[in-house]
Amino acid sequence: MGTTVTHAPAMEGLSQDSEPRHGPVKPERPAALKRRRRRENLAGYLFMSPWIAGFLLLTAGPMVASLYFAFTDYNLFDAPKWIGLDNFSEMFGDPRWRHSVQVTLWYVVVGTPLKLVAALGVALLLAQKRRGQAFYRAAFYAPSLIGASVSIAIVWKAIFSDDAIVDRMQKTFGIDVGGWTGDPDMIIYSLVALTVWQFGAPMVIFLAGLKQVPRELYEAAEVDGAGKLRRFWNITLPMISPVLFFNVLLETIHSFQIFSSAYIVGGGAGGNACGPADGSMVYTCYLYVQGFENSRMGLASAMAWMLLVAVALVTAVLFWSQKRWVHYEEGAR
Amino acid sequence: MSAQATDATPRAGGLRHKLPGSLAWHIGSLLILAVILYPVIWVIGGSLKESEDIVGSLDLLPGEPILDNYKSLADGIADISISTFFFNSLFLAVGSVIGIVASCSLTAYAFARIRFAGRNLLFTLMIGTLLLPYHVLLIPQYVLFRNMEMINTYTPLLLGKYLATEAFFVFLMVQFMRNMPKELDEAARLDGCGHFRIYWSIMLPLCRPALITSAIFTFINSWNDFMGPLIYLNEPDKYTVSLGLKMFVDQEGLANYGGMIAMSLVALLPVLAFFLAFQRYLIDGMATSGLKG
Repeated sequence: MGTTVTHAPAMEGLSQDSEPRHGPVKPERPAALKRRRRRENLAGYLFMSPWIAGFLLLTAGPMVASLYFAFTDYNLFDAPKWIGLDNFSEMFGDPRWRHSVQVTLWYVVVGTPLKLVAALGVALLLAQKRRGQAFYRAAFYAPSLIGASVSIAIVWKAIFSDDAIVDRMQKTFGIDVGGWTGDPDMIIYSLVALTVWQFGAPMVIFLAGLKQVPRELYEAAEVDGAGKLRRFWNITLPMISPVLFFNVLLETIHSFQIFSSAYIVGGGAGGNACGPADGSMVYTCYLYVQGFENSRMGLASAMAWMLLVAVALVTAVLFWSQKRWVHYEEGAR
Repeated sequence: MSAQATDATPRAGGLRHKLPGSLAWHIGSLLILAVILYPVIWVIGGSLKESEDIVGSLDLLPGEPILDNYKSLADGIADISISTFFFNSLFLAVGSVIGIVASCSLTAYAFARIRFAGRNLLFTLMIGTLLLPYHVLLIPQYVLFRNMEMINTYTPLLLGKYLATEAFFVFLMVQFMRNMPKELDEAARLDGCGHFRIYWSIMLPLCRPALITSAIFTFINSWNDFMGPLIYLNEPDKYTVSLGLKMFVDQEGLANYGGMIAMSLVALLPVLAFFLAFQRYLIDGMATSGLKG
C-alpha cells in the first residue's frame, strides 16, 4: 500500500533514505514520510534561524524603515514628520547633490573599465606558465586586501600631493598642476588610480577562468591559422565571458559605493570631508555629510534609496545584456 | 586547486626561440610589481625619514634611517595608547571571525544539505542581499541601534556577524558544501546521525578550507573597516586602529607627519602578516567565488 522512498517526489538525489541498517529495504508509509518531511522542515528552519533573524532585523526591517524615512523630515531627536516627496525635490534641485552624482558616475565609468582591463591584461600575462608565476599572482593580489584601509588612503594622499612623486614625474613632461589631491578636477583621478591599483582581486578570478579554457580549442585554431588576436577574440573572450560578467557586475556595484578612501584622501585639516571644492565628493560622502553631520536622516535615506535604484538599474541592464555576450557552457551552471 | 596548472602551450624549438619571450615576460611582470610595491616601500621608507623629507624627497629609502617616528608613537594619540586601539580592533576582528564562521556555516548547511519548504525562496533573498548597497541600511540600522541605546558599544559592529548577514561567506560555504559527496550524509544517517551531528562531525571538518578563507577575509575586513566604527563609536578609548589613525590625521597629522606615516605602516602590519601566512587560501577562495557564480 505505501509508496517506497524512491518513488517519492522531490526526493531524488537527496540523502534522506533511512533504511534500517540491518535487513531489507522496507516500504515506507505515507505517515512516516510526512513525519520525516516535517522533521526536515524543522531542522532547516532551526539551522536558518540566525540568518532569518538577521534578515528581518538588519536587512528587511531597515529597508522598510529607510523607505519610510525617505518621505519624512527626521533629525533623530524629533519624531519623523511626513513631508511627501519634498526630500526628493530638494535632492534633485541641490547642485551639490548633482555634483556628487557626476563625480561618482565619472569615477565608476573611468575607474571600473580601467581596473578590469588591467586585471584581464595581467591575468593573460600570468596565465603563461613561467617561473615565479605564483609569486607574482600573490604579490599583485595584495593591494586588494590593503587598498581599502585608512593607511593606504593616507599614503595615497601623500604620493599624489604637490611635489611628491607623481607631481614630479608630470613636471618632467612639462605639466605642472601642482599635485592631484589639491586640485578639484584631478583628485578624483587619484581615487581612480587607487582602484586600478587594486586590480588583483578581479585578476585572480580571470586567471581561474582562463585556466578552464580547453587547450584543444587553441590548438585547433592554431592549425586553422588563427593569429593571437583572433584567438583572443574568438576563443578566450567568449570562453571567459561568464567570469567577465561576474567581475563587471561586482566591480561596478562596488565602485558606486566607494566611501572610506574618498573620505580620507579628500579629508582636510579644515574638516572638509569631500576634497578641495568637493572634488572627491562621491555619492556616499555626501550621504554621510547630510545624514551624520547635518542630522538630515530623512534626506539621507532618500539619497540612499536613489543609490539603490541606480545600482538595481545597472544590475538589471547587465543581466539583460548578458544574453548577448555571455556564453555559458552547457552543464557549466 | 593547484595554482600551477598552465595555459601556455609548451613551445617547440630550442632555447634560442624561448629566451626572448620569457625575458619580456619577466620584465613585464617586474614592472607591474614595481608599481604594486611602490606605495608599500614608500611607506616603509617614509616612516624612517624626517617628517619634512617624507613627501618632498624622491629617495625611497632614507640615507640615514631614524626611529624617531616610531618613538613618537609611544606617547599614543590624544593621550590614548596605541595598544588600546590595537586591542579594540583585535577584539572586534576575533569576535567577527567567530560569529561569521558559526552563523554562516549553519546557514550554508541548511541551504546545501537540508530540503525544507521555502529553501529556494530564502536562497534567492540571500543572493539578493549580496548585491544590496550597504548604505541603504546604514541610516535605519543606526536609528535602530540608537533606540536600543547601543551607540558607542561594539554590539552594532558585531551583531550582524552573528546573524549571518554577510551573504558572500554563506554563498562561498554553500558552494563548498554542495560539492561534498552525498554518500557521506547517507552513511551518517544510516548510523543514526541527525543533522547537527552531520554538520558538526562531517561537514565542518571537510569544509575547513572554506571556513579558513571566510575567517581570514572576515578578520581583514573587520580590521580595515572604517565606516562602521566611524558611525557607531564616539569615545576615543573605544576607537579601532582605523579610527585612531584618522584621529591622528585630524589632530596631529601636520605637526607629526612622520609619526602619522609610521602609524599607517603599523596599522597595516596585521593584514600584511595574515596575507603572507594565508595567501593561498585567500587567492583560492577568491577564484572559487568567481567561477561558480
